[in-house]
Amino acid sequence: MPESQSKPRDHLTTEDVAKVAHLAMLDLTDEELERFTGQLDAVLDLAEQLDRFDIADVPPTAHPFGLFNVFRPDVPIEELEGASRAEQLREEALAAGPEVEAHQYKVPPALGEAP
Amino acid sequence: MTESNSAGSGFPTAVAVAAAVGAGERSAVEVLDEHLSRVEADDERIRAFNLVTAEQARERAATIDAAVAAGQDVGPLAGVPIAIKDNMCTRGIPTTCSSKILEDWVPPYNATVIDKLDRAGAVVVGKTNLDEFAMGSSTENSAFGPTRNPLDPSRVPGGSSGGSAAAVAAGFAPVALGSDTGGSIRQPAALCGLVGVKPTYGAVSRYGLVAFASSLDQIGPLAHTVADAAAVFDVIAGSDDHDSTSIPQELEPMVPVLGDGVEGLRVGILNELSGRNLDAFEPEVVQAAANAADALAAAGAKVDEVSVPSAVAGLSAYYMIAPAEASSNLARYDGVRYGLRRDGANTAAMMRASRTAGFGDEVKRRIMLGTYALSAGYYDAFYGKAQHIRTIMIREFDRVYQDFDVLISPTSPCVAFEFGAKADPITMYYNDVCTIPSNLTGQPAMSVPFGTGAHGLPVGVQILAPMLGEANMFRAAAILERSAR
Repeated sequence: MPESQSKPRDHLTTEDVAKVAHLAMLDLTDEELERFTGQLDAVLDLAEQLDRFDIADVPPTAHPFGLFNVFRPDVPIEELEGASRAEQLREEALAAGPEVEAHQYKVPPALGEAP
Repeated sequence: MTESNSAGSGFPTAVAVAAAVGAGERSAVEVLDEHLSRVEADDERIRAFNLVTAEQARERAATIDAAVAAGQDVGPLAGVPIAIKDNMCTRGIPTTCSSKILEDWVPPYNATVIDKLDRAGAVVVGKTNLDEFAMGSSTENSAFGPTRNPLDPSRVPGGSSGGSAAAVAAGFAPVALGSDTGGSIRQPAALCGLVGVKPTYGAVSRYGLVAFASSLDQIGPLAHTVADAAAVFDVIAGSDDHDSTSIPQELEPMVPVLGDGVEGLRVGILNELSGRNLDAFEPEVVQAAANAADALAAAGAKVDEVSVPSAVAGLSAYYMIAPAEASSNLARYDGVRYGLRRDGANTAAMMRASRTAGFGDEVKRRIMLGTYALSAGYYDAFYGKAQHIRTIMIREFDRVYQDFDVLISPTSPCVAFEFGAKADPITMYYNDVCTIPSNLTGQPAMSVPFGTGAHGLPVGVQILAPMLGEANMFRAAAILERSAR
């Protein structure tokens, strides 16, 4: 067992967690940053247990069952159920949008800031 | 096998309700009202439900009664009230995942399991509470407040399907659906004295189940009896064109195998998860699993001890893999197409504000953990390594299943615990040590009540089986149920 191969990892810092929060599009208060840093670091300690296994000749598993494609006929819904049904489905989907205009989701400016 | 009309709890079983309603001996409306009256009396205290859909349920029950009166076959779950974990989509009925970010979301479609229950004659009575996005083991992470354990209201019902477990335990519905990503059906079943089944990955369609960790999530039943769990499993299992991970083959029904006994069945006591060498396990829990093995041996099974060394690494691998998948799945909550939106000066600021306001602490922790585990420079050390361990686990279990049909372990290291007892995340995570391996391998597992532990609270014993090995698992469960009584 290659226990000796793994060197101790660097502990998480508040800077690390601030960067991760930024990537995950979350804002943290200073108190949350401190608290989450300790908690997340403790979870990463669990990963040390994984070093006890020799994985050299073992392929990774992303999924427990052999993945295969499931195909359905590639037919526009208008052809299947008529144009009005397609329209209805679109409106149902849009109905959940926080802000909708002209059959589209509306968001604040992507570049710059709202006036 | 003898079919009793009521579970140990005294509430009518789903099997008994369906037989009576299907034969026109009882009306579905009357059955429903009986259950709704218990909801009305007790749910303010238990808080199993996020939403009770009494009006829709009454209409549905009346439709079933009319169909029975017209001489139609209304299906194997005729008039059976069922509670649905609030992370399964119900058309026109809010589906919140117990999160503020989806508090007002109304899905435009049904999960496949909901359509299947509908065709089988079941009556959905409401949506049950859960740990936010199914992340937790106690329902304490629900944004709407925790659910209480009906057996002892000072204690948690387990989680994340705690609302579903509490609803069944309190007699609000004979059966419920939960989802299980790391033990979220089996652990609450154990803590509430119920049967809970995590089917083979792909046996039940995930279409319409709000995704947490897509390679681990699976829907399954919670019930008072093994026969009720089997009846619901038979209805919801099967391939589905809407789910590319659903197994494209006919699945064997479980109800017919329940009386088959365990003569000659090869049962392994899973050493690494037996709890014998782990201090956090309550002695009564360890003893219950040993007693269960004895009971199976007494019924004719061949019992031996067996070792799966990598099973101990399940918890570690899971907390790299599940958060990684969650961080990806929960990226969709951005305030654009559905769910909570908070104002921001630009799109990015709006998204950050919406996610920050909408997610609770545990969800934020897991998103950040997953984001970290997947990020450049750390991928190989965390997520990548965990995926290799997953292969090792699958190989070791496959090898063991050449000599064994099912394996036995405790379900949870402890009986139902008090609110706040596991406030530290790692302590809470450790509660799933016995249930996680089956999610990583994709193999089926279920929890069956077997005896009592500390404070007279129920203990669950877990039965594990190889891929699509549900028949042997249910056979063993039926014997344990009979021996426990």
